[in-house]
Amino acid sequence: MTDFARGLRESFARLGEPPGRVRRLGLLRQAAFARFAELGLPTVKDEQWKYTSLAPLAQIPFARPEAEATSSPVTLGQLDVLAGGPPGDGAVRLVFLDGRYKPELSSRAESAGGAFIGSLAAAMAERPELVDRELARHADDQHDALTALNTAFVEDGAFIYLPAGAELQGPIHLLFLSTAPAKPALSQPRNLILLGERSRATVVETYAGLSDEVYFTNAVTEVVLGESSHLDHYKLQEEGARAFHVALTQVRHGRHSRFTSHSVALGAALARNEVRTLLASEGSECTLNGLYMATGKQHLDNRTLIDHQGPRCTSRELYKGVLDGQSRGVFSGRVLVRHDAQKTDASQTNKNLLLSDEALVDTKPQLEIFADDVKCAHGAAVGQLDEDALFYLRSRGIGQDAAKSLLTYAFASEMVNLIPLAPLRTRVRELVTSRLPEWEKLKEVA
Amino acid sequence: MTRTEPMLRIKDLHAKVEGKEILRGIDLEVGAGEAHAIMGPNGSGKSTLAQVLAGRETFEVTKGEVLYQGKNLLALSPEERAVAGIFMAFQYPVEIPGVGNLYFLRTALNALRKRRGEEELDAMDFLALAKEKMKLVAMDQSFTGRSVNEGFSGGEKKRNEIFQMAVLDPKLAILDETDSGLDIDALRTVANGVNGLRRKDRAMIVITHYQRLLEYIVPDRVHVISNGRIVKSGGRELALELEQKGYAQFEAASRPGRAGGEAAR
Repeated sequence: MTDFARGLRESFARLGEPPGRVRRLGLLRQAAFARFAELGLPTVKDEQWKYTSLAPLAQIPFARPEAEATSSPVTLGQLDVLAGGPPGDGAVRLVFLDGRYKPELSSRAESAGGAFIGSLAAAMAERPELVDRELARHADDQHDALTALNTAFVEDGAFIYLPAGAELQGPIHLLFLSTAPAKPALSQPRNLILLGERSRATVVETYAGLSDEVYFTNAVTEVVLGESSHLDHYKLQEEGARAFHVALTQVRHGRHSRFTSHSVALGAALARNEVRTLLASEGSECTLNGLYMATGKQHLDNRTLIDHQGPRCTSRELYKGVLDGQSRGVFSGRVLVRHDAQKTDASQTNKNLLLSDEALVDTKPQLEIFADDVKCAHGAAVGQLDEDALFYLRSRGIGQDAAKSLLTYAFASEMVNLIPLAPLRTRVRELVTSRLPEWEKLKEVA
Repeated sequence: MTRTEPMLRIKDLHAKVEGKEILRGIDLEVGAGEAHAIMGPNGSGKSTLAQVLAGRETFEVTKGEVLYQGKNLLALSPEERAVAGIFMAFQYPVEIPGVGNLYFLRTALNALRKRRGEEELDAMDFLALAKEKMKLVAMDQSFTGRSVNEGFSGGEKKRNEIFQMAVLDPKLAILDETDSGLDIDALRTVANGVNGLRRKDRAMIVITHYQRLLEYIVPDRVHVISNGRIVKSGGRELALELEQKGYAQFEAASRPGRAGGEAAR
């Protein structure tokens, strides 16, 4: 057992009985913790973690936060800022502090017609059969140490279930906030999103720090899409400056289902976001969009797997990175087209903008094709600001810093503008532009 | 009558890029209200001259001086030159996806106005100004919603340059091969736009390879540049002579290593 696992043994022992009535949960946790202890934290010798070292994290004695904050550390006004505005008509907001659901901060619409939108802990009590059917059946806790760690500590998170034909009016916004109480805290939200046939939902996951202390978020979201269902999924990572953040979104597609993902990574000292979609049967579509912007000594790792198993599926992927200071970015995207995935149409693009000589990016697009009748394309680019464009702007009277900001914004704005959900687009634009020098002179350009 | 200081005075200007000397002693004076044409074959240094005047840092000035309104122009950054009233219409205008054409221009105009101590224009006033200036180069409304030069045809890009010039209202305009890549109709539109901007207090330097443009934009002076030097200057008729005889006669005389051509003034 590694020191890191040993350090968490006490937290694990104090977990207590699993909530609700999902009988296999106790054993599941035991097995996952044992598996994690066996695997240990991944190292750079592990091919999947070649570019991202968790060594700084291994030294920190993380513990599951136990003490409940006595007074709420966050106001509704702050929540509105994080969400890009107050919840609109039909919108649902679920707030989690250090991994635990806070009903007093949340606004939850009545779940009609058998739908359930609430906390996983509540769902384990109220809808144990649904939770039992899908929880920890999709994300891989046998090979992925951090998924195993998350499964070992499953207790709360969001649970979303829509029955056949249900269409939600507004988005469901999940806010995962870290207050970083006394000890270095490890929060591990576990989310489960189940969409029945022909149902449709928009889900936003925001991860934000309310503190500049060291903490670690290790989140797992499992998504199961029924036939012809449609999920728009957003993940906005704006963790605190000293935080560690690792997250996995694992998606299983039913026939003719659609999944659109927008991943925006801006915060944390070290973060890794992984999206895995399994296009298991025919006629499905997935779109993975991503934007990562790092500065200072930030390290932002983005990993995707698009697994084409069924025929006639389409996947589109576009990730863009902006790296400044001494930061480091990673894009590692794998598109796998299996033997039976005929008529696959896949494209993958990664573009990076390096703003400083000391910034670095590793990009590794991978296309593996085992079917013969497919249309696939991929590409990656790493560049600097275009000198010609910079001179053009300056020759028109725009100062050097403002010109750089304008061109950086122009690069990133493609991803911002791909976000159809207005409040989130506003929030992301705010966060992106707040990093650009002299932006106040350029505001009207955006 | 006392002789007034010209708007632009270039003295023995040398510049190099990547160790190669491109300008090898340019002398030129341009007064307010005048239009000077600079003609020369490819590689003669005419576009380099334009870029050096606009402040492109790729080129290193190794010798000589440039006085603009009596002050050392070479000490200014590109944006400071713009504030001082210099404008270059690019030979290859840059596409900037994601930045709206009009928003960009308004930002530029307001940056200039602010640094000149003038009041910034609000969106309404700017739009009124832009619409008026668009007429000058027959630009239609569809230009306004697009990103800077993105997907513009060659002619549209050049019209956009002249439109920017009209809005930014410079004192010294440098047109770098504004005629390149234009068909005759587009050339006429662009030239009409330029002619509409000629003024007693504005100087223009028109850089071109061909005489054709000068049929529309009639210059006060014509200079021939070859191998980084001005080898002959004259009136409008010099352009016609070049059209008939070509540049070869000047090129031989101005090769590096030989005595330079007579730098006419």
